[in-house]
Amino acid sequence: MLWNLPFITVVVLTLIGLVTVLLKKNIIKILLGINILNSAANLFLITLGYREGGVAPIFTLAPSELMVLPTPQALVLTSIVIGVATSALVLSFAIVLQKKYGTVDIDKIRRLHG
Amino acid sequence: MTVADFLFTNAPALLVVIPLFAAFICPVAGKISSTIRNLWVMGMMLVTAAVAFILAFRVFVTGPVLYVFGAAAANLAVPLDSGGIPIRIIFTVDAMSAFMDIICAIVGVSVLLYSLSSESRNSGLEGYYTLFFLMIAGVFGMVSTGDLFNFFVFLEILSLASAGMIAYRIDGGLAVEAALKYFILSTLGAIFVLFAIGVYYGQYNALNIAMIAQRMQFTMLDKIALVLLVAALAMKCGAVPLHFWTPDAYSMAPSSVTAFLVVASQASLYGLFRVVFTMYNITMNCVTVGWIIIIFGVLSMVVGVTMAIPQKDIKRLMAYHAVSQTGYMLLGVGVGLAVLGNTTLTSAFGFMAMEGGIFHIFNHAMYKGLLFLTAGAIFYRIGTRDLNRMGGLGHTMKYTMIFFIIGALAIAGIPPFNGFASKLMIYESVYLFNPLLAIIAMVVSILTLASFVKVFHSVFMGPKLPEYADVKEAPLPMLIGMGILAAIVILFGLFPQPVVDILVAPAAHALADQGGYIASVLGGA
Repeated sequence: MLWNLPFITVVVLTLIGLVTVLLKKNIIKILLGINILNSAANLFLITLGYREGGVAPIFTLAPSELMVLPTPQALVLTSIVIGVATSALVLSFAIVLQKKYGTVDIDKIRRLHG
Repeated sequence: MTVADFLFTNAPALLVVIPLFAAFICPVAGKISSTIRNLWVMGMMLVTAAVAFILAFRVFVTGPVLYVFGAAAANLAVPLDSGGIPIRIIFTVDAMSAFMDIICAIVGVSVLLYSLSSESRNSGLEGYYTLFFLMIAGVFGMVSTGDLFNFFVFLEILSLASAGMIAYRIDGGLAVEAALKYFILSTLGAIFVLFAIGVYYGQYNALNIAMIAQRMQFTMLDKIALVLLVAALAMKCGAVPLHFWTPDAYSMAPSSVTAFLVVASQASLYGLFRVVFTMYNITMNCVTVGWIIIIFGVLSMVVGVTMAIPQKDIKRLMAYHAVSQTGYMLLGVGVGLAVLGNTTLTSAFGFMAMEGGIFHIFNHAMYKGLLFLTAGAIFYRIGTRDLNRMGGLGHTMKYTMIFFIIGALAIAGIPPFNGFASKLMIYESVYLFNPLLAIIAMVVSILTLASFVKVFHSVFMGPKLPEYADVKEAPLPMLIGMGILAAIVILFGLFPQPVVDILVAPAAHALADQGGYIASVLGGA
């Protein structure tokens, strides 16, 4: 049970993130939902690569015993960087919309239709 | 090693490296003068296109090309001491990838040539070209990579750059609204892809597409991953029922960019085909998944065209037609997938359906790009996209009118334009699979024609309107950009058979041949 705790956290975070994205109306809150989803995906990858009792995967320093997998950590590092770019872009959209429409409520940002 | 050898060996990497380099040098060039910047972007685009053609030539002559980053030799996919696992990032360019590279190169060159003139009145062009080259790098990366995580990274580069491009002309906030809608959906899709990558990695200890394909068991987890990938990529290519970002994004982006967004959507379409054909192939239930793709396709065709008919905004109308045309590609390739497990049916009409669908990807990129560029030329001269306020432009914008006619007839599938060639292949093969689907496809084509006749009439026909009395023909670079695409539309319409034999059939076979793809990376098999 305890072994599965990280995976349960992934599921809970995913649900929280999805509910936030689908139900919230404020762009900033939607962005936070996306960030939570992103964290869930990152945690999922890290957990996949974790080996109980493993040490950090640095070949020159590690004693020759169990190491955690290095690949997921590299993936997550990349994914975090992409997440930052995503957040920055959505926040800049929110700033422009606040200036032009005077609101960041997606129900009121509806001038395109048809 | 000579320059030619260097180009030949490193072409797959250069396809991504050159646009990235061009993108970030562009603001520096812009600081010096706008002429130098224009020369820089045009030169770099031509170099990129040349590399893409060299690579495609090599692929079509000698078979799949590998590029292993950081390895001793460019084609050393499996290091000797790794126990048979391809640990490095690998670009695997087979005939299907090379096919997409050609599309991206042709549309890229015409769009860039067009932008030199269509965007010249605006400020902030350094950022514009930077984002444009990032989009090109994203598309080339997505279609060339043989590594699933790498695919995700390029998908995100493409989404970020596209969203920035869509929002580029803020347009009172409207463009930002469209970009926000596109970007939130793209990001959600990308997170789905990341989850799917995690699922594969957890099960098969591999990120390489060929490795995953070889070890594919089609467990319950693989089904979940398949659903996540198909949903995300179908959304990104604008298939109904996840199409609602398309009209907003396509209509609000600068026209030149819209023509390239079509290619960007097709890169996602390529990803979808790569997943179902190369990674799963016959280990999954091809009939069910094939029918799901067919249903996506038919819904896209019908909903797209019916939503297009009442539109008043010329680019919104064309965007709905883009959704509708994506349906043809999904239909053709979906039929190919549905009969994949059955050798007799596959050779009877399955391959033809796939060839039709894949050929349509090419044709669509050409004529849709052309149509969006003509819409842009009209907008450039008269400053409105509202069909009700246009009229009589045929008197002054003769060349634009001719290009529009070529594009409109091609999209409606009238001979001798290229849309006819691919649609005929789809009709013939799909008719053998299920006559009803072929009839729906033909009806949609007729409705498309009706819709474009209406547009043609309200834009170009009628007396000269007084408010547009001094409207001139579009500038020469824009005409050349459109002319390149129009020439290809006509050429491929007149001589479809050589094109099918040389380009399309190898691409379709490369897609269907899972064993060949695995063998090209892992060797043996």
